[in-house]
Amino acid sequence: MSKSPQSAVDFAIHTRALNLWYGSFQALFDVNLDIKQGMITSLIGPSGCGKSTFLRSVNRINERLGYARIEGAIEVMKRNVYDPEVELIQVRKQVGMVFQRPNPLPISIRDNILFGHRLHSKSKGDEDDIVEEALRKVLLWDKVKDRLKDKATGLSLEEQQKLCIARLLPVKPSVLLMDEPCSALDPKGTEAVEELIWELRGEYTILIVTHNMAQARRASEECIFMLMGKVIEHSATEEMFVTPAQAETADYIEGRYG
Amino acid sequence: MFEATALNRRNDRTQALFRMLFLLMTLVLIVPVLIILTTLIVKGGPVLSVDFLFTSPTDGMTAGGIFPALFGTIWLVAVALLVSVPLGVAAAIYLSEYAPDNWMTRVINLAIINLAGVPSIVHALFGVGAFVIFFGFGTSILSASLTLAIMTLPVVIVASRESLQAVPHAFREACWNMGATRWQTIRKVVLPNAVSGILTGVILEVSRTTGETAPIMFTGAAFFLPFLPQSVFDQTMALSLHLFVVSTQVPGVPEALPYGVALVLIAMVLLMNSVSIAFRMYLRGKKKW
Ligand SMILES: Nc1ncnc2c1ncn2[C@@H]1O[C@H](COP(=O)(O)OP(=O)(O)O)[C@@H](O)[C@H]1O
Ligand SMILES: [Mg+2]
Repeated sequence: MSKSPQSAVDFAIHTRALNLWYGSFQALFDVNLDIKQGMITSLIGPSGCGKSTFLRSVNRINERLGYARIEGAIEVMKRNVYDPEVELIQVRKQVGMVFQRPNPLPISIRDNILFGHRLHSKSKGDEDDIVEEALRKVLLWDKVKDRLKDKATGLSLEEQQKLCIARLLPVKPSVLLMDEPCSALDPKGTEAVEELIWELRGEYTILIVTHNMAQARRASEECIFMLMGKVIEHSATEEMFVTPAQAETADYIEGRYG
Repeated sequence: MFEATALNRRNDRTQALFRMLFLLMTLVLIVPVLIILTTLIVKGGPVLSVDFLFTSPTDGMTAGGIFPALFGTIWLVAVALLVSVPLGVAAAIYLSEYAPDNWMTRVINLAIINLAGVPSIVHALFGVGAFVIFFGFGTSILSASLTLAIMTLPVVIVASRESLQAVPHAFREACWNMGATRWQTIRKVVLPNAVSGILTGVILEVSRTTGETAPIMFTGAAFFLPFLPQSVFDQTMALSLHLFVVSTQVPGVPEALPYGVALVLIAMVLLMNSVSIAFRMYLRGKKKW
């Protein structure tokens, strides 16, 4: 990859000729992507174009489906996660995922934050500090510090989604995958979560799927446009929205697809 | 305007008629239960006493208490549960959390459902062949309880599997994505949220097992034993069989005695059902998704 002009930049995710099949249906075609470390990259495209599929192959959650087959390689922090020697648990640790519907566990706020930490670390450590740090990071600490023992499922959707982001942080992931993280939220919640994602920029590499064009434009630095399992265009967000290189991209941005 | 037309009035009458009809059907259903219960209480109530519960039958089972039978039933059910619950829950965990969705899993599921419909007398004969004769446990608590366990297994598996599957999939995904193994996910999230349903299923099974007669009759329950079993290799008396014996097999039993036995049996079952329902309500109230 040293031939590209971006060779000085580190890539957090680097895919080579990635193809994916669900049974006999091919969902991803020859995906070659370099996603820069510490940046927010948004993934846009009409529904069914393979955005979630791509995301789910980065943390290898797709392989849970017995019938999903993958070819090619995905390097996360320079290591092919599909290498047979790679331990799945370590991949999941490095690559956190946030879902469309907030899915806090039906346990206390505090236990949610500590869940991942307790899985991966034997030492009790300073659990209180870990909880506080994670919650501060997602701008939730002041709101919930007096009810850490309450069930997380009692929080508002916006707070739940923030909590779902917060609980990934104690295990120190390098990549955060977010699959339409705001689509279950109201406009105010969306704004708050977007703001939070923007805050996390630099420290984590964030790959965010959205079908909300305005959100992609507002809240990402680079943008990838996919269509029917193929990457059509990948460029700086401003560039893509102002001067799209491909006709399909322009059509999509101007709302000519569903 | 707005007055009822003839058609409206006719519809109203039909409506009232059907309402009455359905109410009547419901009553028809409840009435026999009420009659059974009141008869048992009226006729069996007088023989109930602490002595009745805690002494042995005397005078060729025409007098005295039911202690060996009560004690034996508790033994039989407890040993049966000790076998069927771990086995059933483990199978349910496998089927719900591990098994791939292929033809073999579907065949197993189908087999379990069909097993639940096998008549208890067939289980009894199986128990005689397998436990009494083949494994050489003889007619004993062990053979009878194992037979009961086999009989209750399918229901324990189905109830447990359903409670496991009622736990939202999103919880599992959340765990897996934080790097939890399947077992960690099951232990920390799935089981704690399924346990209320599993327990309810188990307790309902217990109450059913308590009343079963056929499966224990040839495998370990005795008509009359003047002493208590010392180990699982002994035979024992049991309430259900005792009821059958004193109502049909022994001459000269006072009328109240079988009613008393039946009352104790029903009270045990109802008690366990109420515990199960109360428990379920308690745990339901505690969890909110
Ligand atoms: N689990 C699955 N099994 C089979 N086909 C799937 C599965 N998930 C997604 N697909 C198919 O793969 C394609 C891409 O889906 P997806 O990645 O969910 O799209 P997007 O997230 O962009 O809307 C769609 O045609 C979809 O029907
Ligand atoms: Mg999607």
